[in-house]
Amino acid sequence: MKNKNSTLLLLLLVSTCFITCRDDSDSDAESLKKEALEQYANLVLANYDDSYNSTITLQQTIDAFLANPTDAGFQVCKTTWLDARNPYGQTEAFRFSSGPIDDADGPEGLINAWPMDENSIDYVQGQPNAGLINNPVAQPVISKQVLVGLNEILSETSIFTGWHAIEFLLWGQDLSTTGPGERPYTDYVVGAGGTAANQVRRGQYLQVVTELLLEHIAQVRDEWKPNGVYRNEFLNDKTSGEAMGLIFFGLKEFTKTELSGERMFVAIDVQDQEHEHSCFSDNTLNDLKMNLIGIKNVYFGIYTKVDGSSVSGRSFSEIVEKIDRTKADAVRTAFADAEAKTNAIPAPFDQSILNDTASISIGIDALKVLGNRLEAAGKAIGAEF
Amino acid sequence: MRPLVFALFALFLSSSCKDNEPSGLADIELDEQYSGGKNATTFDLGQNAFGGQANGLTADQEGFFVTGNSFFRTNWVTAPASVQSLDGLGPIFNAFSCGSCHFKDGRAKPPGTPDEALNGLLFRLSIPGTDAYGGPLADPVYGGQLQDKSILNVENEARVRVSYQEIAGNYTDGSVFSLRQPIYEFVDLKYGPFPSGSMFSPRIAPQMPGLGLLEIIPEADILAFADENDSDQNGISGKANQVWDAELQQLVLGRFGWKANQPNLTQQTAGAFNGDIGITSNLFPQDHLSLTQQQQYRNIPNGGEPEISDDILRKVVRYTQTLAVPARREFDDATVLRGKFLFQQINCSGCHRPSMSTGSIGDIAALYNQKIWPYTDLLLHDMGPELADGRPDFLASGTEWRTAPLWGIGLIQTVNRHSFLLHDGRARNMEEAILWHGGEAEKSRDAFKKLNVSDRTALLKFVESL
Repeated sequence: MKNKNSTLLLLLLVSTCFITCRDDSDSDAESLKKEALEQYANLVLANYDDSYNSTITLQQTIDAFLANPTDAGFQVCKTTWLDARNPYGQTEAFRFSSGPIDDADGPEGLINAWPMDENSIDYVQGQPNAGLINNPVAQPVISKQVLVGLNEILSETSIFTGWHAIEFLLWGQDLSTTGPGERPYTDYVVGAGGTAANQVRRGQYLQVVTELLLEHIAQVRDEWKPNGVYRNEFLNDKTSGEAMGLIFFGLKEFTKTELSGERMFVAIDVQDQEHEHSCFSDNTLNDLKMNLIGIKNVYFGIYTKVDGSSVSGRSFSEIVEKIDRTKADAVRTAFADAEAKTNAIPAPFDQSILNDTASISIGIDALKVLGNRLEAAGKAIGAEF
Repeated sequence: MRPLVFALFALFLSSSCKDNEPSGLADIELDEQYSGGKNATTFDLGQNAFGGQANGLTADQEGFFVTGNSFFRTNWVTAPASVQSLDGLGPIFNAFSCGSCHFKDGRAKPPGTPDEALNGLLFRLSIPGTDAYGGPLADPVYGGQLQDKSILNVENEARVRVSYQEIAGNYTDGSVFSLRQPIYEFVDLKYGPFPSGSMFSPRIAPQMPGLGLLEIIPEADILAFADENDSDQNGISGKANQVWDAELQQLVLGRFGWKANQPNLTQQTAGAFNGDIGITSNLFPQDHLSLTQQQQYRNIPNGGEPEISDDILRKVVRYTQTLAVPARREFDDATVLRGKFLFQQINCSGCHRPSMSTGSIGDIAALYNQKIWPYTDLLLHDMGPELADGRPDFLASGTEWRTAPLWGIGLIQTVNRHSFLLHDGRARNMEEAILWHGGEAEKSRDAFKKLNVSDRTALLKFVESL
């Protein structure tokens, strides 16, 4: 009798403990998720901040160059453009998540439109008078209002603005089979020694598109600031399942459809040397590497800033490890493999498109595996998509 | 899933309904939720609901889908450009890419105000008479289509100001509705006025899913449903269009387009590249320019001859052929089944034929022999004077339109954030679209107007579930 009672009591105790323990671990898991989402918002903001600041540097070097155009100053502009692409490239991992960059009124199409309609902007081979720059009769003034206005008439994605417009104005058409475009700095020299016509207008165009790029990056960044419109909505109005769903859907979509599909498979399938995003500067491979770092940042909850400091906190990776060790290991392996395989693609990308499709194909396969595993890991921790 | 439970559930509902009103419920049919058949139905019902890929494709076909999708949605640019595979836009055009009208493989909407630019609505043009193949006789200056956009330093053809006039109406139960009749004003005609007798037809870009399935419905099956002289005297005729196949150089059955004026997806796609984007192909090697325009713009560089290679065109066509259809939602809901019953009872299904089967035609085996639920007969019907464009198109008269497939229609809001319907987007929602039906559909429309509000709601809910 006594024995029976104590067994019952024990059972009762055990089951109570079991129930309360499970409740505890559920609420633990939920608070971990909340922390990881908060950390996501923090690293998104830090990344856009870096992107904005590096674009400010680009703007300063462009202004300095235009005030006194020299070859050395022109090279500095190119270097700062390449530097500024690094933080921006990492922010692309925030795309396809219904966030401020590419939701219904997001400016992605104005920031990073591709391909460039280069001869709507400036001269191209065989057409010295092409482009808005060389058409002072039709467009007497080059201003933000003019470029934005033209854009509104024509299309949601810009053919006049963004990173690649600046890239074209710095490098010019890539007519070389081995290197990037070779626009001379003298395209901006007024008077003696100047090349191409309308140098002043070209300089104005360069300044105006850089200013627009800054405005558009700021627009996205501000939504992620503390009390920013989207940050509030994201952290307060969505369940953790919904918010993680947006993030992991974005990671999957960006890794598989955009990177491995759109940016790599299509390039080798079509066999067009310049079917690459940074075709004027030959920076495409570096763009891809930055994109992959961006994906890692989101999953591991760490962003390394341009100044070397890092923004770290609770990560989705930790949560996956707690809930499903096997899936966590699979994601780690896939990241390492995707990094190794994309690093093994020979630069420049435009030559590999034609001459080394095998190494690009291997990279594509590794990214597809990564995308699939990120999807599975996200679902394992309750991301709803 | 669990047919027995459904059967019991339906039984329970139908018996319980009997107490209130003498309402019937339609049966759940086997696999009717697989709108595009077992292989080509997608269960991704979010914003990518129209962009899903059919299952069972070969590795090659999956690759075509990726590349085809890319060339479907990426903007074309002015030639010459560094990205040679994507240059050759214009010189005059309606759109920068397929996807700019078929956003997310979906449906375009018309301008809401006179100053809003056209984005997915275009105007076919012709003058009285027919061309050498029995098709519309193109306007001698503006061609068969008005291009409202142009590359830099080229004149576009015109602008179109769209406004609307409200027309009031009421249901038999006294509740009122209002329809909006579009009014088109062609302004800034850059190449001179239209000739007298000129005709135009507004056409909105429709959603894309399931086209590859419709392409391989056996011709005999479509023709078997035709009843051109209404020999069964039900007020519904149903006529097959016969249109020019530019590749075969002969007249064949028309399947695609608002007037079934395109024979297959290759010609539809190459025609749209040519007319809408200004991209030449081996099938249509000349830009869509009049003789005067050709002369005027002879020094404008092209993006190669042709501008889209056979290989890329083929991949875009494969992409359009392998877009899966979104699955039915709430197909087993009692109100939906009531709506389905009414849809049959008032004979909407007389033209919006619920189901047919694909044949084993073409080279995409995954699409063979699929039972599909497109809710169209692919035939032409007189839709009455209110909807008429007054512009014949091969055998289609000025009052005839092809029965529009209804699959996916309930997800336009999800994908494209609007609910505009019909060939010119005049209907602001499904209810207005039904109320615009005239001609052969007049009886069904009048029957709809006689329904009480809960039955009207049920019918709309059924169509929303497609």
